[in-house]
Amino acid sequence: MTEALDLLTSASLWASVLRIATPLIFGVLGALICERAGVLNLGIEGIMTMGAMTGWLTVWMGADLWTGLAVAAMAGALLGLVHAMLTVPLGLSQHVSGLGITLFGSALAYYIFRLVVEVGESPPTIARFPRIEIPLLSDIPFLGPVLFAQSAPTYLALVAVVVLAWVLNRTPLGLALRMTGENPHAVEAQGLNPALIRIGAVMAGSALMALGGAFLTTTAFNSFFPEMVQGRGWICIALVVFASWRPGKALLGALLFAFFDAYQLRLQTVVDGVPYQLFLMAPYLLSILALVLVARRAQVPAALMVPWRRGER
Amino acid sequence: MTEVLALRNITKRFGALLANDDISLSLRQGEILALLGENGAGKTTLMNILFGHYAADAGEVEVFGRTLPPGRPRAAIDAGVGMVHQHFTLAGNLSVLDNVMLGTEPLWRLSSRRRAGRARLMALSERFGLPVVPEARVGQLSVGERQRVEILKALYRDARVLILDEPTAVLARPEAQRLFETLRGMTRAGLSLIFISHKLNEVMAASDRVAVLRGGRLVAERRTPDTTAAELAELMVGRRVSRPVREAQPRGAPVLVLDAVRAVVAGETRLADITLTVHAGEILGIVGVAGNGQSALGAVVSGTLRPASGRVLLNGQDLTGRPARAFVAAGMGRIPEDRHEEGVVGDLPLWENAVMERLHSPRFSRFGFVRRGAARAHARELIARFDIRGAGPETRTRLLSGGNMQKLILGRSLAAEPAVILANQPTRGLDEGAIAAVHAELLAARARGAAILLISEELDEAVGLSDRIRAIVGGRLSRPVPAEAADPRRLGLMMAGVWDEGEDAGDAA
Amino acid sequence: MRLERRERVPLSLVAVAPLAAIGVALLLAAGLIAAAGVNPLTAYAGMLRSAFGSRLALTEMLTRAAPLILTGLAAAVAFRARLWNIGGEGQFFVGALAVAWAGHVLLPGVLGGPLGIAALMLIGMAAGAVLLAGPALLRVRFGVDEVVTTLLLNFVVILFVGLMIEGPLRDPLAFGWPQSVPIAAEYRLPRLVERTRLHVGLLVAVAAAGVVWLILARTVFGAEARAVGHNAAAAGFAGVSLTRTILGVACLSGGLAGLAGAIEVMGVTRAVTTTMSPGFGYAGIVVAMLAALHPAGVVAAAVFVAAVFVGADGMSRATGVPSFIADVIVALSLLTMLVALLFTTHRIRR
Repeated sequence: MTEALDLLTSASLWASVLRIATPLIFGVLGALICERAGVLNLGIEGIMTMGAMTGWLTVWMGADLWTGLAVAAMAGALLGLVHAMLTVPLGLSQHVSGLGITLFGSALAYYIFRLVVEVGESPPTIARFPRIEIPLLSDIPFLGPVLFAQSAPTYLALVAVVVLAWVLNRTPLGLALRMTGENPHAVEAQGLNPALIRIGAVMAGSALMALGGAFLTTTAFNSFFPEMVQGRGWICIALVVFASWRPGKALLGALLFAFFDAYQLRLQTVVDGVPYQLFLMAPYLLSILALVLVARRAQVPAALMVPWRRGER
Repeated sequence: MTEVLALRNITKRFGALLANDDISLSLRQGEILALLGENGAGKTTLMNILFGHYAADAGEVEVFGRTLPPGRPRAAIDAGVGMVHQHFTLAGNLSVLDNVMLGTEPLWRLSSRRRAGRARLMALSERFGLPVVPEARVGQLSVGERQRVEILKALYRDARVLILDEPTAVLARPEAQRLFETLRGMTRAGLSLIFISHKLNEVMAASDRVAVLRGGRLVAERRTPDTTAAELAELMVGRRVSRPVREAQPRGAPVLVLDAVRAVVAGETRLADITLTVHAGEILGIVGVAGNGQSALGAVVSGTLRPASGRVLLNGQDLTGRPARAFVAAGMGRIPEDRHEEGVVGDLPLWENAVMERLHSPRFSRFGFVRRGAARAHARELIARFDIRGAGPETRTRLLSGGNMQKLILGRSLAAEPAVILANQPTRGLDEGAIAAVHAELLAARARGAAILLISEELDEAVGLSDRIRAIVGGRLSRPVPAEAADPRRLGLMMAGVWDEGEDAGDAA
Repeated sequence: MRLERRERVPLSLVAVAPLAAIGVALLLAAGLIAAAGVNPLTAYAGMLRSAFGSRLALTEMLTRAAPLILTGLAAAVAFRARLWNIGGEGQFFVGALAVAWAGHVLLPGVLGGPLGIAALMLIGMAAGAVLLAGPALLRVRFGVDEVVTTLLLNFVVILFVGLMIEGPLRDPLAFGWPQSVPIAAEYRLPRLVERTRLHVGLLVAVAAAGVVWLILARTVFGAEARAVGHNAAAAGFAGVSLTRTILGVACLSGGLAGLAGAIEVMGVTRAVTTTMSPGFGYAGIVVAMLAALHPAGVVAAAVFVAAVFVGADGMSRATGVPSFIADVIVALSLLTMLVALLFTTHRIRR
């Protein structure tokens, strides 16, 4: 029991919390942008898978890590464009289109992967993003290793939270995006184009989602393998609701969730006799619980999943 | 006087419907022009073309001497035209300031100039007498306050021509008065206004000129002082389809009783303390400005909303908290407020909608299976008896016109000869012919001894059909007033909540 | 350019839509096959051969189609009522697990032969129904979106299955890959064709399609479920109990997916493993969409999807094109079918 509690004070636990949270942060922010504009993007699982695969593949084929991330983001944006075209101008079911994108994104990623790596071969590894130790700051006891000795993509994720919060709340573009998710007719009445705003938001959100996937292959692990996303995308969808569609709360949710995940991993080593599957189940069950707790009070963007057609009032 | 706005030869078609037929209209500096017409006459379409929501098929729009490119609201806004929409284009989850500032700054700007915006908003608010709180969440504002935000949105963009679409549809009389005073103030400050309405008394009271639309055409223009309400009414309707007249008849025993009903929706008390009685053979009319509890009242009586306290009794049977099916089985016929949203399932064929309320009865089902033959036969009966045109039993219900859909909804309830009928906005959005048909059916049911609870926003309809009238304000009911004693002034006061002392909760007339 | 709603939906268009969708999907996938350095026509011919080209191929393909028919029906029933059941995979597995347990522990010696088989199928259905009832209840009571809850439960269930077959339900006689205790021999579904894997489960699946059609088209419950799916507000006004209808649909849908797991255990695998489903639950969603949510169409669509998977397996061995091409084709078909369905209800106007 005391060992379980001791774990809570270890810096390595909290450092790994930030690491585990990184793909979730990208994913939640990505889903948040889409939903704030009024589009539910259930393609996240497939987009993250595609991002993971393209990020790894690009680096393995000789490019540097940042190019790998950029290519992953573009792949995500392209998948997002497909989803956006189906759901915005054509107004098709956002649920089904998103599921289709997830199935397609995963299938395409695995197919391309298999073109490169035969069955039975172990996938070639790449050199990952190294941990960057910020001079001086990383020497601070406890906070140092936790906050100031992370990899570049993790810092990028944290910056993304701040930037997104700023854009959403303090810029005209962010206001237009929020309004598109609340009342697209109001946006049209001001001479703006809600369809374009939605399409742009979905592409940008999908690019972020793909970055979350790319983190897995370029930092967390060092290669791609099937089923590596493991439902993180769906967890992000749940976390968006939990975060009331706000970037700050999204960061909190991702950290909270990552904490449970990191803790559960370490707990397995100190607690005997409990099947490991129960530990692994915890994240998913927690997400469901989070959804139930917030469901009543959720201030959903009013036009989420309501298709908008020009001229229809 | 200078001409600030000119519409020349505007024509617009929607499929087979000719919404605007070669309309030419002009607006002069500083004047208030009223656009008058019935539902479906083409007023809103015309204004949507002016503002750029739609592009006209032919004709052009000139503002301050310059032709506007069609179909672009931005062009209209930049030219100084502002529109206050009937269904507010506001986002409830965002603040007043957010709603006002949307679209006023270039999208690439890195930081929104909110302080300056706030100052400008407050200056306008003071100048035109439209008090608002910039940080307030729009979702929490009253309807009148939301309208102020809509108006300020236009003023914030330096509108010099303002279009208001049915501005008083959701306001009580005193608020409507205040609005028209504000509008007058605006014209003195240099604005020119057009407002769309179908309410004759307001048009007479508040405009300088009137343009009357009928069936997509401009049929007349008058200077308001030179015309009368009667003339306008005739111009508006053309060959008048006479509405059926109610004949006095003695009423019977109490059939529907609501006793101290309180209803809560989403945490808000919509009905505070409702006690009413409707007798056999009478129509009790509930009048009021939209948003005072009519929807909740309709929902309680139709069995779709469970009261927080109080009782609902039908012929002595306590139906409180019972499901809607029990209401139907007990003899309640219901016409919902919104036929598209609640009345019918548009994608199903007519016959399924005709029997949906009664699927569990032995007549239409056996051992869990639908008796399709009986259901289809019933649908054919309804079509014949209630003159439902343009459809057979297999037609997708969505394809029916508004009037025919309403006849179906009416018919399926009336065919069962219900003891009580709830008619909630029964003629909303219908043309004169359909209105007359609906009224005739309701009066016939009354003659047969049904008790009818009529909830209506149209005063003419309420006064014409009801034996007694009560006003609903803030979830409470005024004392009933016999229809003969209900003149416009008294009704206006009742609807504004000005009741004599001790005049509520009782049902003693 | 605008989208305008058609007044009537011509039946011919609805029949053509899936064919057009599949055609476009195959066209797009051809590009990927070419990227593998293989002639797409050769590859598709190979797929046809592997799925239809011999008695063995045909029976293998139909064996694969049986559970797909059931998961397809599960999705179709749920989607008709706008209940987004994405948990078909999890419901499949709990059905399989329940059957393995009952078929080894509970029923042997208690209920023999055909009665036992029937009882096992019911147990499988019950397990699937209960699993979906949870998210359905969360939706009607708390307004929690069922898409995410059913999805997340899939992961929980797979872990739970692993836990069970490594623990209480472990087969002590199995070496290597962990699997559950097998069902008793008397509960194995008889073969339809000798020396092949094709079993009676296919007939059960087709019969289920008929029953589902009957329920949706002819019963009061079916009418109410369809009404709720089209317009829940109007259905509620007309007196349809939303809670009861959604829960009823959930039981039916979950039950069908659970039955898929049941027949797969009883007909093919005998025991439960964590890899026994190549995504039957998710593929069922595609099957349902390709069938435009019609029970009759589900049978045809399931055969198509099964043919793609079985065909791709064989073709992949012969040509080296990764077998994931099957997943790509199926996913593309879902997207193209969505678009095709739109054109059955709308036309383009200038």
